[in-house]
Amino acid sequence: MFLRQVLTIAAKDLRSELRTREAVNASLAFMLTILVLFSFAFDPGNSDISIPAIAGGLLWIAYSFAAALALNRSFARELQNDCLDALLASPISASALFFGKALANFTLLLAMEILSLGVFSLLYDVKIRTQIWALLLVIVLGTWAMAVIGTLFSALTVNLRLRELMLPVMLYPFLIVPLTAAITLTSDLLNGIPLGGENVLWLKVLTGFDVIFTSLAVLLIDTVLVG
Amino acid sequence: MRERIKYLLLIISAGLLFWSLYKIGYVLPLEAINVGAYQILYLHVPSFFSAFTGFFLGLIASGMYLKTGNFKYDSFAAGVNEVALMFATAGLASGMIWARYAWGVWWAWDHRLTSMLVCWLVYVGYLILRRSVEEPTQRAQLSAVLSIIGCINVAFVYKSIEWYRNLHPSPVLSFRGGGGMGPGMEEPLMLNWLALVCLGIVIAMVRMEEGEMSREIDALRRQAHSY
Repeated sequence: MFLRQVLTIAAKDLRSELRTREAVNASLAFMLTILVLFSFAFDPGNSDISIPAIAGGLLWIAYSFAAALALNRSFARELQNDCLDALLASPISASALFFGKALANFTLLLAMEILSLGVFSLLYDVKIRTQIWALLLVIVLGTWAMAVIGTLFSALTVNLRLRELMLPVMLYPFLIVPLTAAITLTSDLLNGIPLGGENVLWLKVLTGFDVIFTSLAVLLIDTVLVG
Repeated sequence: MRERIKYLLLIISAGLLFWSLYKIGYVLPLEAINVGAYQILYLHVPSFFSAFTGFFLGLIASGMYLKTGNFKYDSFAAGVNEVALMFATAGLASGMIWARYAWGVWWAWDHRLTSMLVCWLVYVGYLILRRSVEEPTQRAQLSAVLSIIGCINVAFVYKSIEWYRNLHPSPVLSFRGGGGMGPGMEEPLMLNWLALVCLGIVIAMVRMEEGEMSREIDALRRQAHSY
């Protein structure tokens, strides 16, 4: 029952997003622009710079910047015609609403990230195929962290003045742990170092963060949305 | 009664501060190499202890607010978090001055420095959030949620950045298993902590009264508008 409610909300969000493409277009273009901008921060042709060593940082900074853009819209889009009030009045719990939204955001972000991972590997000549499954696992875990925290903050800031500015200010300090873990793991994997040994610690940190903050969000979402 | 408590705490705080200042300046030995630089420790460490005391009290008060809905806890949480942020700023600033002498740089990306900076950013976000919500109930609920997840996030950040490089002097206080401080040196440190906590309580009390008053004014204004 709960699962069906979650899936209904997620399907609704994805459908409306695919029809208007208001968040996806902007975020994807933004993500690619950042990837291009990085080529001016350092010289990619310089052989002294090892791109795989910093690739994790570059990728996740682009991901998290674009994520803030997409997550801003998540709850804000429901403000028109008082949709948010209608959703809260409908017979589903706030946590089902939250999970549905988080799932929709997660799917959208994941799709954009995988696409830009391909573009990144083309532009900067980084080999992604050797560790692709481990890399996808890291991206899934990191994106879930961004989606959960981001959806929670999207709900928290939905009624604020200056909503678009408030979300990034509050979001990034909370993303530092998952980003550190994901950056370390991604850089390792792109350097051809497989999962195992020392970097398992970071996989545990990432998983632990996902579990703890997902449960916290479920506990607190009623207060945030319903009051 | 309240006024008397405030003045009493102020006198205690001032007395303790002067006494430990005398101890630090005239009784305790000087450092052999960096003459005069290490004394900043007596402000640096108690500042952070007071900041953490404040953030912890803020966490408890926020939880109590969510449980009871009593606005007193909200004002208290706002007051102590603000004061704790002030102490954190003082701690960071004094640490930077010390680092300039001891390490030759103003800042190093050591785990304790980094996590403290993240903690500082989280609570700056808290204060910005409080400023940008006008409706008192909503402000209280949203900031309570942020205070709770902020505290947990700070713990997470601290643990995870610890696995990075470590440059900061290790804790030497006896209750943390150190015991590396010279005789008589721990006493002014603890007394300064007590003094700063007393000072913090006074400021938090003033802030709390201010919060109560502004809520009263707000209620009166609403009442006037409703006629």
